[in-house]
Amino acid sequence: MRNKASVVIVGGGITGSATAFSLAKRGVKDIVLIERNELASGATGRCGAGIRQQWGTYQNCLLARESMKVFENFQEVLETDIDIELKQKGYLLLAYSEKEMDQFRSNVEVQHQLGIPSRLVSCLEAKEIVPFLNTQKMFGGAFCPTDGHANPFLTTKAYANAAERLGVEILKKTEVKGITVENRRIKGVHTDRGFIETDKVVNAAGGWAAHIGEMVGLDLPVYSERHEILVTEPVNPIMDPMVMSFSYNIYCQQTPHGSFIMGYGPENEPRGYNINATWQFLEEMVRKATWLLPPLKNLRIVRQWAGLYNISPDRQPIVCESEEVKGFFMGIGFSGHGFMIAPAVGTLLADLVTGSPLTWDVVLDLGRYDRHEIIAEPSVV
Amino acid sequence: MNDDKIIVCRCEDIDIQTIRNLIDQGVTSLDEMKRITCGPIIAREIAMKTGQSMEEILSTHSRPPFGGVLFQEVLEGIDNEE
Repeated sequence: MRNKASVVIVGGGITGSATAFSLAKRGVKDIVLIERNELASGATGRCGAGIRQQWGTYQNCLLARESMKVFENFQEVLETDIDIELKQKGYLLLAYSEKEMDQFRSNVEVQHQLGIPSRLVSCLEAKEIVPFLNTQKMFGGAFCPTDGHANPFLTTKAYANAAERLGVEILKKTEVKGITVENRRIKGVHTDRGFIETDKVVNAAGGWAAHIGEMVGLDLPVYSERHEILVTEPVNPIMDPMVMSFSYNIYCQQTPHGSFIMGYGPENEPRGYNINATWQFLEEMVRKATWLLPPLKNLRIVRQWAGLYNISPDRQPIVCESEEVKGFFMGIGFSGHGFMIAPAVGTLLADLVTGSPLTWDVVLDLGRYDRHEIIAEPSVV
Repeated sequence: MNDDKIIVCRCEDIDIQTIRNLIDQGVTSLDEMKRITCGPIIAREIAMKTGQSMEEILSTHSRPPFGGVLFQEVLEGIDNEE
């Protein structure tokens, strides 16, 4: 283990791993990535594995589209043999009111400015895409054929392997215990395996981002919330796209492996770190999923679990350097969509850490909350 | 019969060759392995290859349900309660 590093990245999920790779790729030496458990053992490995570009703000569409370019050319960009199980069979978003259709209409306009090939669909067209879809009460929907799925474990592993190949030291089963700050500058990181001297830390701790913030005396405006999920046995491919609705509150996709994976957003979930699975979720999930997608009745559920959303005030990520503590960078508050935009976020964090201009013109800093420039993204589950 | 085609996990449809390939790629903790594939029989394969004891490897969580359960069966359970 190095006792000196140019950058210490806290968190071995997709954000930390992608950032390590992007930094190393630019020639930064002596990078250390610290993971308390195993790679992708937190939110990354617990997520629904969806990747979509159908967002409502220009900047979110941009980050998603740029990330999709990386997913589409993954083996080449990372020089890896790992197959991330990319499936581009689309995201089908369902609307349950005229108002929701209007929202999709304006979202699609924004998406078209960036060349995202989305379109509005009627109930009939939705049924052509998913023949067994129950279209009762539906007003229509939106569809983007290039959205889809990637395997979060394999994607993280590929980033981590590529980072290691470029010289990054990855410390798994290692916990950050404290961070030393002097004169508002980072001095080093204490771990349960010793001290690492550094003047730059990247907080990529997902569900525990606020906890890492406290270590440098910051009260970061993010909190964690349990979201549950379940998976079925694998069966032959019968459903092409991710089916998702914000108002009916569900997402459900069939992975390339054949299993169906699905969840919904909880109501009245207390803030905290609880990731236990509940029978209440199981029952409600079954009710919702079998109403919308009746053939699921005959499938077997093999596992359920939960993970933490790290939620920011506008449910959009915070990617910036702290104004208060020099050298403290963060990629936090992904609010449930960290995996799908991680390739772009890794690039942005590498821009910030190396003091380069941002690759894309986006506003994701903490200061936006004081300036009241919150990001009004209408399309979040 | 080809040994490599033996299915080690029926619910995830994972064969032994998949497990062995991943171990060769350096995935040698059950926590990592089960996330990519599935659980218990894999522990034995890791033990055989790395020389760790089963106890060392099996310090992980089990997730409900413990056997596959049909959506239909859960639905009937809800209906019976109501």
